[in-house]
Amino acid sequence: MVATTPLVPAEATEAATLRVTAKQRQADDVLTLELASPSGGRLRDWTPGSHVDLVLPNGLTRQYSLCGDRWDPHTYRVGVLLEPGSRGGSRYVHEHLQVGDLVGVGGPRNNFPLVPSEEYLFVAGGIGITPILPMLRQAELLGAEWRLLYGGRRRGSMAFLDELAPYGERVVVRPEDEYGLLDLAGFLGAPREGARVYACGPSPLLAALERACADWPPYTLRTERFVAEEGGTPVRTAPFEVELARTGTTLTVTPDVSVLEALNRIGVEVLSSCRRGVCGTCETTVLAGRPDHRDALLDDDERDANDCMYVCVSRSRDERLVLDL
Amino acid sequence: MTATAPTGTALPTSDVDPFSHEVLEDPLPMHAELREAGPVVHLARYDVYALARYAEVHAALVDWQQFQSAAGVGLSNFRYEEPWRPPSLLLEADPPRHDAPRRVLQKVLGPRALRRLREGWAADAEALVEEVLARGPAFDAVHSLAATFPLRVFPDAVGIPQPGRENLLPYGDHAFNAFGPDNDLVARGAPRVAELSAWVNAQCRREVLAPVGFGADIWAASDRGDITPEQAPLVVRSLLTAGVDTTVHGISAVLYAFATNPDQWQRLREEPALARVAFDEAVRWESPVQTFFRTATTDVRVGDVVIPEGRKILMFLAAANRDPRRWSDPDRFDLSRDPSGHVGFGMGIHQCAGQHVARLEAEAILTALARRVRTIELDGPTVRHHNNTLRAWESIPVRVRVD
Repeated sequence: MVATTPLVPAEATEAATLRVTAKQRQADDVLTLELASPSGGRLRDWTPGSHVDLVLPNGLTRQYSLCGDRWDPHTYRVGVLLEPGSRGGSRYVHEHLQVGDLVGVGGPRNNFPLVPSEEYLFVAGGIGITPILPMLRQAELLGAEWRLLYGGRRRGSMAFLDELAPYGERVVVRPEDEYGLLDLAGFLGAPREGARVYACGPSPLLAALERACADWPPYTLRTERFVAEEGGTPVRTAPFEVELARTGTTLTVTPDVSVLEALNRIGVEVLSSCRRGVCGTCETTVLAGRPDHRDALLDDDERDANDCMYVCVSRSRDERLVLDL
Repeated sequence: MTATAPTGTALPTSDVDPFSHEVLEDPLPMHAELREAGPVVHLARYDVYALARYAEVHAALVDWQQFQSAAGVGLSNFRYEEPWRPPSLLLEADPPRHDAPRRVLQKVLGPRALRRLREGWAADAEALVEEVLARGPAFDAVHSLAATFPLRVFPDAVGIPQPGRENLLPYGDHAFNAFGPDNDLVARGAPRVAELSAWVNAQCRREVLAPVGFGADIWAASDRGDITPEQAPLVVRSLLTAGVDTTVHGISAVLYAFATNPDQWQRLREEPALARVAFDEAVRWESPVQTFFRTATTDVRVGDVVIPEGRKILMFLAAANRDPRRWSDPDRFDLSRDPSGHVGFGMGIHQCAGQHVARLEAEAILTALARRVRTIELDGPTVRHHNNTLRAWESIPVRVRVD
């Protein structure tokens, strides 16, 4: 019998809300969540190194690297470490979030993309393994040379060891209680052209790598720093107002519609295309107010500029946004 | 042409040649017939599967996992046939190789990067419109505007030198013909392929490109290691291949649409901010890029039909853009319509990276025209330009009245 995969028509618009479809323990204090569209549709495409913003039911937003399989367009997987000092982000995920719950999702965005190279040296510290995991398969597919140095406090605290096992000797697992601090210089070897070092982990590890790579060619080292879990501003789940500066019209955007839909309902045409925050067609100038960016286009600096938004997916952090429409 | 489903099978078959001159002159009846025949139709002449309905075309475009591009987005299957040039790192690539070049080009051509061009292009468009109108009220909209404006602004934006720019249109024309079968259109371009390719490749070199421009931005990305120095010239080549003919024919399309829909021109005159919508509506209505192929990476089920792994699938973007299942009154060029979601620029990870450039060019020229021209109408017989992939005009004679 031939296994076939049906061609599923894409949804016209993409809900920015996904359902938790699996919650699985991976190591001490580390679990993975699998997320899928409530309607079963395709999720936005992503590349290794990407993260999503999860808007938790308690209103907090947290960023998690995608560590699943990009060839499965229907599922995202994220790894979540229970942080000792958590004030409601990872603790909420570990203790309260259940299979079946809905979470808001922004992105995916990628500040840590895998660039072409003949040789990759991956260094992961603790939960920093999550963005690295999909990069390994990518490096395999690209036929590149690669090795991974993976550190953690204890073997029992290190996630995905089972998934790494098939890679054999290319993966060097070094729990601190057995081996002490990571031997970065020994792992990296002599400085050379044509290699890229990808590292994700706690700040002291990344600082040590910066020192270790000081004599390497420029742009060799690429890192993703954990952002320490902060209180953060809860995103707006209540309706907000959008004022259109050119016409003087004000409309209310309720949680169940996008800004784009709300604009269309009152006859304001804003051209869009993908309606998933990916293509950039619906870029709209923001004159006042802070958007709640949910797109996959703007980098961090561009987000902070608060001067434009993609109205197909992005919303508002403030009670009122003023748009140049 | 007839599209029939033999008894006992779910797969209708058709003997139509989508690349014949008869069809290229007016593909609309074939599009309608293929849409009505079923969600997927076997084209016997080329032994490929065709999608002509919006839902299926859209779904195939976004599904890069099952519908790959690296085996070529034309009829030729790169698994078995040698491409006529080194494959594009964007159009003819799949993840993961597609990722880095796409990321670089998308940023270089992104809406935020284009802001610095807007004012200059608006002034260039006004100057061109003044020049054309000064020569009299009757002119050819293709030669005077649609083919002139992109060639004035785009090569400068890329940063290629002046000499040889007349090679851009013939090169692009051949590249888009080469996605079709090896027919007379391909044969006609063949004698110049080596010469044109050599010229285009020479423009992609770092030392030839201006220090500021899309080309320099792409090379700067290679300095940072975001792409390799070997990839940089091929990414520049994508700009020069896909960035000229397409916008020329897109602008021709919107000018023809207005020349044949005077009420819509009045609408634009009253509301010049509709220029962007007008261009996208024209891209939907005319679909300057008519078709692209994909190749099945697995046995894919479409409706009741299984397309076997390795087979070519012809996606009729143009037919999807006029599918009455998706669009009401689809044959009407209508500025009150929301054309969002059309597949004229494709969709998904391969969606046209230059779409914002095309929109900016079209918006500039339409805004400049609407400011000066009260009416625009046809002034003689129009002539199509046949291409295996593009829906194009050779000539659109128009007559205008100015304010």
